[in-house]
Amino acid sequence: MSKTSPDTTTNDVAEILQQKFPDSIHPDDREGYSGIVVSPDSLVEVAQSIRDDFRYNLLTSLSYVDYIDEDFFEVVYHAYDTVKGGPALNFKARTPRSQATLPSLTGVWPSANLQEREAWDLMGIHFTGHPNLKRLLTWEGFEGHPLRKDWKEPFYEEDKKPFKSRWPEGRPDRAESRLPYGMNVQYPPGFTPDGWSPEGESALYDSLSTPMTGSGVDVQAIKTDQLVVNMGPQHPSTHGVFRMAVTLDGETITRLEPVVGYLHRNHEKIGERNTYLGNMPYTDRLDYICSMSNNLAYAMTIEKMMGQEVPERAELLRVLVVELTRIVNHFWLIGFLLNDLGAFFTPALYAILERELIVDLFEALTGSRMMCNYMRFGGVAYDLPPYIGGPAVKPGDKARHMDTMKFIKDLVYERLPRAIDQLDNFLTQNEVLVSRCKGVGILPPEAAVACGVTGPVLRASGVPYDIRRSDPYSIYNELDFDVAVRYNCDTYDRYLIRLDEIRQSLRILEQIIPGLEATEGQEYWAGKRGYNVRVPTGEHYGHADNPKGELGFYVVSDGTANPYRYHIRAPSLINITALEEMCRGLKVADSVVILGSLDIVLGELDR
Amino acid sequence: MSNEAVSLHNPDYPVPEELRHNIAITTLDRIYNWSRARSVWPMLFGLACCAIEMIATAAARYDPARFGMEVMRPSPRQADLMIIAGTVTKKMVPQIVRLYNQMSEPRYVIAMGACASGGGPFKEGYSVVDGIDKFIPVDVYIPGCPPTPQALLQGFITLHEKIEGQSITTVPWYRKGEGEAIPVPVLGPDLIDPRQTALIRNVASQPPDTSDAAQEPATD
Amino acid sequence: MYGLGIIKGLGITIKHFANTYVEDFKQGIKRYTAEDRFTARQGLEAQGLFTVQYPEEKIAVPERFRYIPFLVVNDDDHPDAPGQPWCTSCGICSKVCPPQCIWIVRSTDPETGRPKPEPQEFYIDIDICMNCGYCAEFCPFDAIKMDHDYEISSYDRTSAHIYDLQKLTKPLSYWRTIAPTRAEEERTAREAKEAAKAEKAKK
Ligand code: SF4
Ligand code: SF4
Ligand code: SF4
Repeated sequence: MSKTSPDTTTNDVAEILQQKFPDSIHPDDREGYSGIVVSPDSLVEVAQSIRDDFRYNLLTSLSYVDYIDEDFFEVVYHAYDTVKGGPALNFKARTPRSQATLPSLTGVWPSANLQEREAWDLMGIHFTGHPNLKRLLTWEGFEGHPLRKDWKEPFYEEDKKPFKSRWPEGRPDRAESRLPYGMNVQYPPGFTPDGWSPEGESALYDSLSTPMTGSGVDVQAIKTDQLVVNMGPQHPSTHGVFRMAVTLDGETITRLEPVVGYLHRNHEKIGERNTYLGNMPYTDRLDYICSMSNNLAYAMTIEKMMGQEVPERAELLRVLVVELTRIVNHFWLIGFLLNDLGAFFTPALYAILERELIVDLFEALTGSRMMCNYMRFGGVAYDLPPYIGGPAVKPGDKARHMDTMKFIKDLVYERLPRAIDQLDNFLTQNEVLVSRCKGVGILPPEAAVACGVTGPVLRASGVPYDIRRSDPYSIYNELDFDVAVRYNCDTYDRYLIRLDEIRQSLRILEQIIPGLEATEGQEYWAGKRGYNVRVPTGEHYGHADNPKGELGFYVVSDGTANPYRYHIRAPSLINITALEEMCRGLKVADSVVILGSLDIVLGELDR
Repeated sequence: MSNEAVSLHNPDYPVPEELRHNIAITTLDRIYNWSRARSVWPMLFGLACCAIEMIATAAARYDPARFGMEVMRPSPRQADLMIIAGTVTKKMVPQIVRLYNQMSEPRYVIAMGACASGGGPFKEGYSVVDGIDKFIPVDVYIPGCPPTPQALLQGFITLHEKIEGQSITTVPWYRKGEGEAIPVPVLGPDLIDPRQTALIRNVASQPPDTSDAAQEPATD
Repeated sequence: MYGLGIIKGLGITIKHFANTYVEDFKQGIKRYTAEDRFTARQGLEAQGLFTVQYPEEKIAVPERFRYIPFLVVNDDDHPDAPGQPWCTSCGICSKVCPPQCIWIVRSTDPETGRPKPEPQEFYIDIDICMNCGYCAEFCPFDAIKMDHDYEISSYDRTSAHIYDLQKLTKPLSYWRTIAPTRAEEERTAREAKEAAKAEKAKK
């Protein structure tokens, strides 16, 4: 039941591949699993064939699982076809735990670059042939590979939640009081802190100061010194704790390396300890501007594994909140893109104002402005509230009372269209915006696909790839909307596509409203409403088209109440693979704008 | 206006009724703190989800300009207040301590949200600092995940109250000598707080069998 | 033409600025005093000034609002058991809590040594709590609810941020004030359940 739905094309491809490489491919026939297992020696060859012969040109996700009982690591690749659409081709490679080495696929798909670094960092799988295999989310010198099943963190209590110490004899103890340092740290035995110097920084700067050959920027012709400049992690225009180290020639960028991990919060390790339901509020904190969309992607993944149906009203409510979230995200982005261009905070103020109205709805609906925690397996947690606002309780409280349906209608039919027209009217032709964005940060379609870029950024590079259409989920195939595309591949188009997408979202919302009225009072949460969710053994990769790009969850269940593996494919992380390519040869000030137009959010990027 | 005068006026000094609205007699402390509390400039600096609510607070609806706090300074040298808005990770904490050291006194720190106060929902993880107060002194803690803008404003008011309770004669920044800088943590096999060097040396040199989870060797 | 963008942008700002005064002029002082005008000022028809003058005026939070949880106890004027906690210390909330920040000690009857359906101790570490609302959602006895009080900043966390039974306890009437509709719905649901039970017992 938990098998990914049988699809002839991907199955055919798997079969043809097996005929082509009879010795190195066998199907994955474990209960609940799908795809093919490729032997490491021919991994690169098979990958090339998948890309070139079968046109699965987009490698979206690279997940890695520690099968400690079977004593091997498995790396799972999901490749998609951006032209035909359809489900993923899923192929895997295994390597023994004691000598974890696999060939790197960066040569075939550059999008594997950061993901392989992450797998090296967190799982300790060595990828031969990787150009820059450094730690990604932790730092050089960090002890151990934390996502291995036998690695324990300092505050480790038990493998699985719920912990036994909470009830019936639960006396609180702060975890830090259990450790000699009174802090969340541990050191390998025999470690002496004297004279320790961090090695990561010098390695980073060394690698950046060696000039790169074939970078397209003629270093020799200009007789200036190269200078390595560090931006971030505390920098007003890096949208959070993002850091990039750039090599400058004068003011021109010759090399750029994103340095991430400053907000690494171990979603995955915690997620494997949590129950399935317990992960839902954690997904809120991935891309914290779009918590609703994250909820949906996760809920759909688990529902698919459980074979759980979702009632119609729940689907309508889901699309309602998810599309509103898209609008929030794009408003936010446009405001802050202008911020990066020097229009300090004024456009952002107007954008945030519209966001406030939408989060008012979210707050009344779910109880929280940002961390909505709204979806459940089989539906949503609440139906629409009768009104927006609340009773006055505290001194100074002012009650508001707005009928919910009327609020939604006014929002969708009047307020938001007006707001977007206003932004469009006074920003789009603005000469600063035009001159700073037009032709800046070109990302050609081939490069975008190769780098695994998804979402609006990919669509602004002329690739009409939208998961809502290519691999439809929820009720999107019943809805009438266009996949917004722009063909100039520059920052200006990445700005325009956000406006287009807001308009398309409004179009979707207009189609949702009659349905919402017609299904009033119907069931919004099907299935058992228990907290103990059981998921049949197996694996599944579920994904959704989030405002930032493709958010995917790769979940492996061993039949217990907690996921065995919980991997998040974060669009923000993979989209920055293309950053160097887009910035090279431009001025350093442009990098800020390009980064702004990529739309990253650190909670998701670093996880 | 008269409200301000009333709040500044020290009732210990009698002022004739008819002059009440024109004259306020106050102490140096009061006027000093009053002016400081009404121009606390926060540092433009966010870490995680809470930062989004902080930005929302800085926008039109909640408008911190009403508290004299709208000037967000990107440079620590010009800021009076550091709002730790979000999860503090081990990789980030050296930078935060450095920024704190660069702020000129008087300086204040608000820990916004569960994460900054005590690790929050991510406390159990391996890369999260369980409360920024392990490294820098925190003046006001605002619980919540995330604190709503109104909760943050209330936190600002709590901070103002604290500022108004200080006295010019006892505040540390007018003492002689230099204030002590906080040693910047180092990223080793795990985060190393330089103040704990001796402790780490002692504990780590012990045979690992006496250990609990603390010395659990990372198998690799 | 250069500068047009600036003029346009300034135009928007000036429009917003002027709108505030136009509205003020149209509505007079009522704009800030009348109860229903607040909805208009902070709703979709908002024109001009959009600021909430916290702390003089606060946006009242909706009934479903989630902050820190609290435990429901009987009101002081309850006929049989004033102050009796509704919690049976069944432990469900501590199991569903995603970051595991609830600690419960179950009471035992000193005579029989059997567990009593009442918590002896109950703690929530609000420095870990993620305000997710699961505890309230899955409690079968309506005994734990999400509080609406967000004005709880403090100067010290070591002593104040692990809430104990005393700090967590609030009477039912409080829940009725902050969430009247939901409290009423829950009461009807409980009564229906009781009635069904009684019906069954009769048969
Ligand atoms: S307290 Fe909550 S909202 Fe704030 S940073 Fe931590 S997880 Fe995010
Ligand atoms: S609060 Fe509710 S769920 Fe928690 S122990 Fe008490 S009765 Fe059980
Ligand atoms: S709100 Fe969530 S995190 Fe907080 S105590 Fe309840 S279940 Fe735990």
